[in-house]
Amino acid sequence: MKGAWTWLKDHAVVLYAAFAIAYMLIPIAVIAVFSFNDPEGKFNFTWSGFTFEHWTNAFGIEELNDALSTSLQLAAIATVGATVLGTLIALALVRYEFFGRRAANLLIVVPMATPEVVIGASLLSMFVYAGVVTGFATLIVAHVMFCIGFVVVVVRSRLIGFDRSIEEAAADLGASPLTTFRTVTLPLLAPGLIAAALLAFVLSLDDFVISAFNSGQTVTFPIFIFGASQRGIPVEVNVLATILFLLSIAGMVLVVWQQRRAERMAAMRPTSS
Amino acid sequence: MERRSTPYALLGPGLFWLAVFFAIPLFFMAIVSLESGSLDEGFALTWEFQNYSDALSNFDAQFIRSFVYAGIATVLCFLIAYPLAYAIAFRGGKYKNALLLAVIAPFFTTYLIRTIAWQTILGDGSPAVDVLQFIGVIADDGRVLDTAGSVIAGLTYNFLPFMILPIYASLESIDKRLIEASKDLYANSRTSFLKITLPLSAPGVIAGTLLTFIPAVGDYINAEFLGGPGQAMIGNVIQSQYLVIKDYPVAAALSFVLMAVILVMVLLYIKFAGSESLMGDEEGTKP
Repeated sequence: MKGAWTWLKDHAVVLYAAFAIAYMLIPIAVIAVFSFNDPEGKFNFTWSGFTFEHWTNAFGIEELNDALSTSLQLAAIATVGATVLGTLIALALVRYEFFGRRAANLLIVVPMATPEVVIGASLLSMFVYAGVVTGFATLIVAHVMFCIGFVVVVVRSRLIGFDRSIEEAAADLGASPLTTFRTVTLPLLAPGLIAAALLAFVLSLDDFVISAFNSGQTVTFPIFIFGASQRGIPVEVNVLATILFLLSIAGMVLVVWQQRRAERMAAMRPTSS
Repeated sequence: MERRSTPYALLGPGLFWLAVFFAIPLFFMAIVSLESGSLDEGFALTWEFQNYSDALSNFDAQFIRSFVYAGIATVLCFLIAYPLAYAIAFRGGKYKNALLLAVIAPFFTTYLIRTIAWQTILGDGSPAVDVLQFIGVIADDGRVLDTAGSVIAGLTYNFLPFMILPIYASLESIDKRLIEASKDLYANSRTSFLKITLPLSAPGVIAGTLLTFIPAVGDYINAEFLGGPGQAMIGNVIQSQYLVIKDYPVAAALSFVLMAVILVMVLLYIKFAGSESLMGDEEGTKP
């Protein structure tokens, strides 16, 4: 009895964590299970039978396909924009001393600490004021804006651990700054860039609130879901959500594997110290 | 390459984007919040400071509710996240990365779909509600959906990773030798946790608290899907004033008050801990 009690005391935190992880995974399981549901009415809330129908029809709803493809295009463009702009900022913050650092930091942190509803509403205020018609272009503008800060944070943490002696070696060997950047800095920075880009992509794909304010007539995947939630969300949404979930897991595993490989390669180099 | 203008050239495009599409819109919102008029007749700047007092007096209940819900959700997030992050950081062993993936993975599903999944789980007549009715947590004909509880549960769930990740990062960066040293000096596990681990993880807790509380205060998705009219938060009001009722001045005034309250909190935080630490700089200052 005493042994059991000690074991429980020792493992309490582990058991608690196991429950917490189970709790976090429950909704995902529900989404996946209900992608096989055969609902009687329009609403996919109660289980009424098993079917593969919606998996075979995953891309059978035109509106949904359009929304998803809009979201994917938007996320791709916003990711490229935010990754480029954010990486440049991170390079400046980590590698240079300059006047105005605090102000720059503030401009990066504050948007991340502002409720999305305020960001969306203020951006719409400006567009209305300036007479800009909202649509796909304003969505790109908004998505690049809210992704930049997250890119800065990720790339910056990668840059801080960066061994600059390799760049100096390249320069000593006669490489121009551009060649050094292209052949040394960029490849070593790649894992951080990929992680930042993936984060930006996911944030963009997932965004509803800011998009709702600035989308005009454009329908993204989350906006489609919100609209459909009033009249019954098609089961195909669950199917696509499950597919997206599996793809993002695969993407994350790939990034972790890539980073491990980069670390192994870095470990093979003789250290300078 | 090392010219003095270089950092500005690197910062320029990104900061320009943030200034034009984040800072300047706030300025426009400030102007709109002082306008009067209607959508049909058009709005004009009349320095209508009354918009602010109207906004506050008409929607004080939603304001207070937002801060209460977000506060409770933040505390719940902390209670779930700290032991979880602790277990992964100190007991995860070789499964650390896999566990971290399991924790983050759910949040790669669209936010709306996750919330709608909770609507399914907590819906009337669902197995979870049956169990709660059976064990007497709620009345036999009691509901979970459309209560404060379900909205707070949704907020807690949706913002959990913002609490877990910073706490994990700060726990992970603690030098384990400090804990060993405290044990060598005859501290029991309780004392060494309270004197070493907890204080050293404080930056993560502070960052996590802000990163959870701020989006939770402004959220309207959880109240929309999991709550009824009696659970409307300030985000719901701003959203409907802006997109449905189209009373832009009141919506802008509300946004501004919300923003101001939160900004004050962030500035206090920056004063307290430094803006660099919010951006994960403490990792970098470690050898």
